[in-house]
Amino acid sequence: MKYTLIDHTADFGIRVSGSDLKDLFENTAYAMFDLIIDAELSKDGKEFDISVSGYDLPDLMFNWLRELLYLFAGKEMVIKKADIVSISENRLSARITYSDYDPGRHEIKNEIKAVTYHQLKVENKSDGWETIIIFDV
Amino acid sequence: MSELKRIDDYRWEVPKTGAMHVPGRVYTSARMMKTLEKEDALRQVSNVATLPGIISASLAMPDIHWGYGFPIGGVAAFDWDNGVISPGGVGYDINCGVRLAVTSLEKKDLKPRLDELANALYQNVPSGIGSTGSIKLSIKDEKKVLEQGSRWAVRQGFGEDNDIENTEDNGCMENADPSEISGRALERGRKQLGTLGSGNHFIEVGYVEEIYDEETARRFGLYKDQVTLMIHSGSRGLGYQVCDDSLAKMTKHVRKLDFEIPDRQLSCAMIQSKEGQQYFNAMACAANYAWANRQVLMHLSRETFQRVFRIGPGSLGMNLVYDVCHNIAKKEEHVVEGKKRIVCVHRKGATRSFPPGHIALPERYRDTGQPILIPGDMGTASYVLSGTQKAMEETFGSTCHGAGRVLSRTAAKKASKGRALHRELQDMGVLVKWTGRSTLAEEMPEAYKDISQVVEVVHEAGISRKVAKLKPSVVIKG
Repeated sequence: MKYTLIDHTADFGIRVSGSDLKDLFENTAYAMFDLIIDAELSKDGKEFDISVSGYDLPDLMFNWLRELLYLFAGKEMVIKKADIVSISENRLSARITYSDYDPGRHEIKNEIKAVTYHQLKVENKSDGWETIIIFDV
Repeated sequence: MSELKRIDDYRWEVPKTGAMHVPGRVYTSARMMKTLEKEDALRQVSNVATLPGIISASLAMPDIHWGYGFPIGGVAAFDWDNGVISPGGVGYDINCGVRLAVTSLEKKDLKPRLDELANALYQNVPSGIGSTGSIKLSIKDEKKVLEQGSRWAVRQGFGEDNDIENTEDNGCMENADPSEISGRALERGRKQLGTLGSGNHFIEVGYVEEIYDEETARRFGLYKDQVTLMIHSGSRGLGYQVCDDSLAKMTKHVRKLDFEIPDRQLSCAMIQSKEGQQYFNAMACAANYAWANRQVLMHLSRETFQRVFRIGPGSLGMNLVYDVCHNIAKKEEHVVEGKKRIVCVHRKGATRSFPPGHIALPERYRDTGQPILIPGDMGTASYVLSGTQKAMEETFGSTCHGAGRVLSRTAAKKASKGRALHRELQDMGVLVKWTGRSTLAEEMPEAYKDISQVVEVVHEAGISRKVAKLKPSVVIKG
């Protein structure tokens, strides 16, 4: 899985690629949680279905990540895996695998306060898709 | 973007070009300009100037640095009837702010109990990412916190009546309307009242190292070598969620309006629209939560001091000097080109700087101007300033808020590799306790601008006045 860190003075972001939209959105979810937490995979993964909408692809990406971030910050769900079941420009549904946050087992690496809209991009490049997202940390 | 024009030693203008309604104005110095030019922050100053209803200029304080949408260290005032309000102009940590309390203790009393005090504060004040406190609110009580702010905390026994009058806006924005707060935000706020949080938030015990203005310092209750307590925190997860909810709503809303925004993070609504009022009233709830939070944090610290020094509240004499917010939008009256106008002042990483005689100030500060609290990095110093008439005339009563970062978090971590930062700080006379794995590295002194240079600019430009300098002894970081 490929993602790179974008380093800004006050905040940071990620650049993520994917072969298609499904791959891109799954990889981006992985990248965000990889930044947040040292989450060793465990067998006690529970499953949960969500769907998210947006008025265009950047908005869909924004809403996807803020939904996942809320599940962590508000519901203490550590997301291990996100499988996109279906995706269009305005809507996606996904099955996520998570475990409950356990301070003894999960070490938080970075606090992401929020996903921002600043300079957010979702682009179709010659060799696949790419997104850039800046987080408020 | 067009070239910066130097107005004088401390003011630079970003000329009005393209879609800008007004010019930009940056308060800085030739020396600090060098770090500024590297950043995109100036483009952000110009972007803000394109928003409808902006008055006079898009302003930037000397601690300006790159933000998302609006720059951090930015000030922008919009016409109350024909201007916009923007969640991005306030920031995620709504009413992030600082409070300063004095004590009757002196530097010499601190030394023998430094370790004990640091450990006790670290244990008694919940800190760190997602930290939860001992207060678990019912939704009904949480809504009271959102409506009442500091008053709620004091009524529950977390403080004293005169703490309230020494807080900006008496620790409560009256327009708060909890019915505008989402279930998600309420849920995130329920367990976090009385917690410090992480990142740049801190509790700092220090002492008054230098006094610049004897008379004002005396009025603020400050004297040399006196032990002080400074708290920097905000509205925690509740505030982030309010901003997040509002931004998502406004990005949809702004598409229906008849102007273009250069960045979706600048999404906004006319203040007088339903969406504008909803955000303003939700933001006020988060602001009140933050004031209640800092009030509880001060109470926890006060109790800790009493235990460690084995003295009662009378002998400790921990009194609040003032509490300021530096991420907020306020309805204020200002004189613009000789005419009184009602405006919505956005301060994102900027502090109010009201002058002597201003009606919003408590009686005891009517002659001095508002106390302004400027924390520096954890090794160097913090400053107490006072508000001025010049700030009213030039910056909608605003000044800087802190040091401002110069190194990104990753760059700071790199620079700290192989170093024992806590020992370096100890050599500088600062005992530090922290929670997060990388907090100390990310927050190292070198990651920030030189606070004395920032303060020099606002002092020389006249938008606030130096009163005293505080030196840290104990720092608790999340």
